Amino acid sequence: MRTRLGALELTNPVMTAAGCGGTGRELARFFDLTKLGAFVTTSVMTQPRAGRPTPRVTETPSGLLTAMGLPGPGIDSFLERDLPFLAEQDVPVIVSVAGNSLEEYAEVARRLYDAPSVAAVEVNLAAPNVEDRGRMFGRLPGPAADVVRAVRVATRRDVPVLAKLAPDVGDLVTVALACVDSGADGLSLINTMAGSAIDADTMRPALTGVSGGLSGPAIRPVAVRCVYEVHAALPGTPIVGIGGVATGLDALEFVLAGACAVAVGSALFHDPTAAPRILRELEEALSVRRIAALADAVGLAHKPTGYVPPQIGPAPAGAGERARERPEEPKEKP
Amino acid sequence: MTLVAPAVAERFRPGQFVALAVGGEHTARLARRCFAVYEVKPDYGGTVELVFDHRGGADPGTGWLVGRRARDMVDMVGPLGRPFRLPRDPVSCLLVGGGPGAAALFALADTLRRRECRVHFLLADRSAPAVFGARSAQRIGDSAAVVTEDGSLGDTGTAGDVLPRVIEESGADVVYACGPTELLRAVSAVASRYGLPSQVSVEEFLQRTGACGTGLCMACVLPIVGDDGITRMVRACSDGPVLRGDRVRWGDLGTIPFDALGAPRALGGAL
Ligand SMILES: Cc1cc2nc3c(=O)[nH]c(=O)nc-3n(C[C@H](O)[C@H](O)[C@H](O)COP(=O)(O)OP(=O)(O)OC[C@H]3O[C@@H](n4cnc5c(N)ncnc54)[C@H](O)[C@@H]3O)c2cc1C
Ligand SMILES: Cc1cc2nc3c(=O)[nH]c(=O)nc-3n(C[C@H](O)[C@H](O)[C@H](O)COP(=O)(O)O)c2cc1C
Ligand code: FES
Repeated sequence: MRTRLGALELTNPVMTAAGCGGTGRELARFFDLTKLGAFVTTSVMTQPRAGRPTPRVTETPSGLLTAMGLPGPGIDSFLERDLPFLAEQDVPVIVSVAGNSLEEYAEVARRLYDAPSVAAVEVNLAAPNVEDRGRMFGRLPGPAADVVRAVRVATRRDVPVLAKLAPDVGDLVTVALACVDSGADGLSLINTMAGSAIDADTMRPALTGVSGGLSGPAIRPVAVRCVYEVHAALPGTPIVGIGGVATGLDALEFVLAGACAVAVGSALFHDPTAAPRILRELEEALSVRRIAALADAVGLAHKPTGYVPPQIGPAPAGAGERARERPEEPKEKP
Repeated sequence: MTLVAPAVAERFRPGQFVALAVGGEHTARLARRCFAVYEVKPDYGGTVELVFDHRGGADPGTGWLVGRRARDMVDMVGPLGRPFRLPRDPVSCLLVGGGPGAAALFALADTLRRRECRVHFLLADRSAPAVFGARSAQRIGDSAAVVTEDGSLGDTGTAGDVLPRVIEESGADVVYACGPTELLRAVSAVASRYGLPSQVSVEEFLQRTGACGTGLCMACVLPIVGDDGITRMVRACSDGPVLRGDRVRWGDLGTIPFDALGAPRALGGAL
């Protein structure tokens, strides 16, 4: 089930979300990484970072609240140890880049310029801008556009640049437009949303960082809204739908809203085999609806009710039920 | 709880754990709960036995597990983590357990026995009812000591109090421990004082911090000193749960030591 992100063609639309697939080695014990449309790395920064102290994750209803502090090995170690492993796996590698300043983003992108096997670069615009009181770059169109332009300039022309936005902004469409205007080939929507939890036993914040990023099915409606709005404004721009994708139908929801790929994040913590399962379920959901090509379904929710594109036949009666009855394949465990 | 899981039972090595999903297929609880494996048996093609402490049903996740009936399905991933490293020669081993953490030691004891090691137990807890496996320890161990804080079973005190005596009496060459973090810290300190290697399973820390058990979420990090003297934040689930006791910076758990690789130089606000 092929799909495209700008110049990059993927064999399927299900990828990992940044920061949720480890180095790839952890997931490779559960399934063959070639089953992924693409592997997205944890955001890479110039220097190694230990991140925040524990507790960094807490469970919330249908979600996780995390304040990790962007831990990572830094670009040197990433190029030396993690990228070569991923390159061997025969899966497109999308490297997520982050920085505390414009210059740091550009530096990481420059270091990736000569690295073989970088299929695309994703710019994590939720990183804190130290020059702007630690507020995230993606909060306003101006800084977001500056970062995207800096990364675009430092990246090979044939390597697509995706801008990844968080929903905690005044006007997401304006930020998205600014990113596309300054060279983003696609958008990843969404990053986590800010939230807090207080531990009723200790009567203190549950996370060391006090506030953290909410992820998981709890944020899916927000993410679908963001994808829908941005696709309406920028119908030609490829969008990766992210936020609480846990089943094939969740993925389909994003596709109908306008995404041409989805990324699976927190669901991997619950079910490490989630990505290939979601792909199977998505394929089935499409075939039940007589949709032959993913592209035919992208943004279909924007069409008037009753509109059926010529390529798509109406679903036969009872097809949904039959699909649901089919027993699930046994999960492979390590 | 006994689960039929041939693939897990077959690959299991003592010290490894399994991660269970709780709340059923459409659960709102995304984090996995980790459990030490008490025993694997060849019955029904391979079973995995877990012991859990439901604290009167206060924990929602464990409460759900307690409610499962025979033949119910449970979503389990395993075996996970690094096992206890085993001695090559038939040496004398001291196994220290605290609370339900002691469960992990019995599979280890079996394996050590098969390697003709001598196996001594020291079980510790607050009071008698909580002590796990005192009987089994007496049956399979060359010796078994029990210590409780309130003196309701065995000696009165903590594991750290009686450890020097037990080490001397048992002539231990190596110490294995599993249980609360305070116990592991005391065991590591005493073992180092006696020049003995210690291997500890940091499951309590992992339980408090972790969410996946598979090394993906990076939630469960703790500071470890490497061979090169550099402190790194490693994952308790996939780099552990068994770690060298002398390498763990026990006093710095729950912090990023200022000299750790990549420690922040200023407080940042990254999510
Ligand atoms: C390697 C390992 C081995 C273990 N072995 C055993 C064993 O043999 N026997 C045993 O009884 N137990 C064992 N445990 C503990 C076990 O995994 C469970 O954590 C424990 O039983 C309580 O789980 P629960 O789901 O009932 O509690 P819950 O209250 O649901 O919490 C479980 C986890 O969810 C998260 N959480 C939920 N709510 C909050 C909140 N409000 N704030 C912050 N965090 C929250 C925490 O990360 C917590 O660890 C082991 C743990 C580990 C890591
Ligand atoms: C533990 C954790 C680490 C994350 N790390 C990153 C990261 O390094 N870079 C990034 O752009 N997003 C990161 N994210 C955000 C995810 O990529 C994703 O956008 C978000 O979790 C929503 O998707 P989900 O609901 O499927 O998890 C992280 C999320 C989690 C839960
Ligand atoms: S619990 Fe997720 S990385 Fe250890």
